[in-house]
Amino acid sequence: MTVYVLCFILLLVGLYGALTKRDLIKIILSLSIMGYAVNLMIILFAYRTDGSFAILVKEGSNPNMVDPLPQALILTSIVIELGITAMLVALAIRLFQQYKTFDITKIRRLSG
Amino acid sequence: MPVETWLIFVLGFMIIGSIIALELKDLLSAVISIGIVGLGVSIAFLLLQALDLAIVQFLFEIFALIILIRAFNGKEYHIQEPSKSHMIQSVVTVAVLLLILILSINIFRALPEFGKPIFSTAKHYIENAAQETGSANIVTAIILDYRAYDTLGEVTVLFTAILGALAILRTRKSNGAAGGDNETA
Repeated sequence: MTVYVLCFILLLVGLYGALTKRDLIKIILSLSIMGYAVNLMIILFAYRTDGSFAILVKEGSNPNMVDPLPQALILTSIVIELGITAMLVALAIRLFQQYKTFDITKIRRLSG
Repeated sequence: MPVETWLIFVLGFMIIGSIIALELKDLLSAVISIGIVGLGVSIAFLLLQALDLAIVQFLFEIFALIILIRAFNGKEYHIQEPSKSHMIQSVVTVAVLLLILILSINIFRALPEFGKPIFSTAKHYIENAAQETGSANIVTAIILDYRAYDTLGEVTVLFTAILGALAILRTRKSNGAAGGDNETA
C-alpha cells in the first residue's frame, strides 16, 4: 500500500504546481508530473510478486508473468503525452510572442 | 532487497526531484530536474518488469527535454518572471491537498494488495498469444494484434497534435517551417 500512497503524493505534487504556479513553463512541467504519476500507478496495479517480464522464452517459460494488458495501454498513453507536451509548448511560445510574458496573471485580454 | 523497497526509494527520489523542479527559479534548471522524475519512472518500470515501457519512457524523456530546451533556449526569458508570492494561496492549496491525501488513504486500503493483481483478461492473452499471433512478446501482440485499432487511434492523435502544433506556430509571413523554428517575431 505504501507505494500506492507515494505515487498518489507524486500526483498531488503535480496538482499543487498546476494550481499555484504562475509561470506557463512550470504549469507544463506540473502537467507532465501528473502524467508520470498516473502511468506509474496503473503499472503498479499490474505487478505480480516475483513475476517475470511478459516475453515468452524458449526453455520452459515462466507461468508467473506480470499483467501485459496495462503495459500495452500505458505505452499508448506515453506517446500521446509527448504529443500533448509538444502542443502545450507551441501554445506557450505563441502566447509569449503575443504578450511578451509567461506570467498567466498578466495574460488577460484576448487579442488576435 | 524486495522490489517494493526499491520502488519506495525511487518514488521518494522522484517526489523530492519534482518539488525541487517546481520551486527552482531558473527555468532551464527546472526543465533538467524534471528529468529526475522521468528517468525515475523509467527505472521503476524496469523494476516492475515492463521492459518495453522503460525504453519508451526513456525516449519520451529525451524528446521532451529536446522540445522544451529547443523552445525556451537562447531567449531572455529562461528566468522565472518575478511575481508577488501569494503565501495564503499556497498555504490553502497545500492544506486542501493534504486533506485529500488523508481522506483517500482508505481507498488505497480497499485496493488489491501490491503484487496480487486481480485482472483476469490477461490470462487469456498469456496463454493464447503465442498460438494466435505468433509473437513472443505479449505486449507487442496486444498492441499490434488484439488492440490494433487502439494503436491506429494513437497514431491519429499524435499526428493531429503535431499538425495542431505546426498550425499554432505558423506565422502569416512564412509558410510554417518545422515546429519551433519561426518564433523569432
